[in-house]
Amino acid sequence: MSEQTSQHETEWPLWEVFIRARGGLDHRHCGSLRAPDSEMALMNARDAYTRRGEGHSIWVVKATNIVASNPDDKGSFYDPADDKVYRHPSFYQLPDEVDHM
Amino acid sequence: MTTSPPLFDYTLRLGDSCLILAQRLAEWTGHAPVLEEDIALGNLGLDLLGQARSFLTYAGEIEGKGRSEDDLAFLRDAFDFRNVSLVEQPNGDFGQTIARHLLFAGWHELVLERLTQSKDATLAAVAEKGVKEIAYHWRHAAEWTIRLGDGTEESHARMQAGLNQVWGYTPELFRMDETDAAMLSAGIGVDLAGLQPTWDARINAVLAEATLDRPTNITRSNGKQGVHSEHLGHVLTELQYLQRAYPGMQW
Repeated sequence: MSEQTSQHETEWPLWEVFIRARGGLDHRHCGSLRAPDSEMALMNARDAYTRRGEGHSIWVVKATNIVASNPDDKGSFYDPADDKVYRHPSFYQLPDEVDHM
Repeated sequence: MTTSPPLFDYTLRLGDSCLILAQRLAEWTGHAPVLEEDIALGNLGLDLLGQARSFLTYAGEIEGKGRSEDDLAFLRDAFDFRNVSLVEQPNGDFGQTIARHLLFAGWHELVLERLTQSKDATLAAVAEKGVKEIAYHWRHAAEWTIRLGDGTEESHARMQAGLNQVWGYTPELFRMDETDAAMLSAGIGVDLAGLQPTWDARINAVLAEATLDRPTNITRSNGKQGVHSEHLGHVLTELQYLQRAYPGMQW
């Protein structure tokens, strides 16, 4: 147990990496890596994930700073949206000029 | 000694320095302290290999004897290599590799920057592409130097030791010989001696932030004239093994 704790303490923190491939697109999660601090995390992300011209912009976020929803909350979080068909704008006639909705 | 035209010699120096350091960095593949750094060092090496290919291809054209980049890389002996001695020095530990890269990238970036103004269009074009790559190399090496130097007691001691180990080979980077002078006066080459103040300033700034001492030792190295340490032979043994053992072998 104590061994586990000391290894955990000396290990670099985990960072989640988000890359934007081109201007106008969203940043997308593409993986994670370890780095001692934010500057090194950016450089490691650059080296690991943009070697083949994939990226124009990088975000790195400490994994511990991400708040994730609990899988156990699935029922109460998402099921109520299943039968609210009126929340979709499918009852409106769209003019032809509107390409994407 | 050498009777080859200065432009051939000059281009070989650029190409060989990139090639040998690329090979040194490749030695880290699979051995770096962490996976992320393994990838990073490989990337840096491949940047330099790309520059070496362009320089050596051009050197072959200048020479006009039909030698390709591969002929120059794989079929020359140590005394025909013109890389600066700094790049053939062993990797040592990670700190020493970073120290060597800091000193080299801090210089190579300045060289390429000036070379973009060269009257030789090919050298200027290769430099134009390379200078962005080496700007990143400098950043990578500087950030690591600061973290290791201003890190733990052990990382500080190792970073300082690595720096001391390779520092002596830096005067060669700024020494102008006949080839350098001829190329400078032709408007092709770079005023190496003139780069020293800029290099000093950027190196000193990083060392200060890293709480490292600037070493003072000097080694009389002359790799760029083909006088190499024993290390280059070992580098070439590995680099050239396949073509020496199986001449003309295709991948």
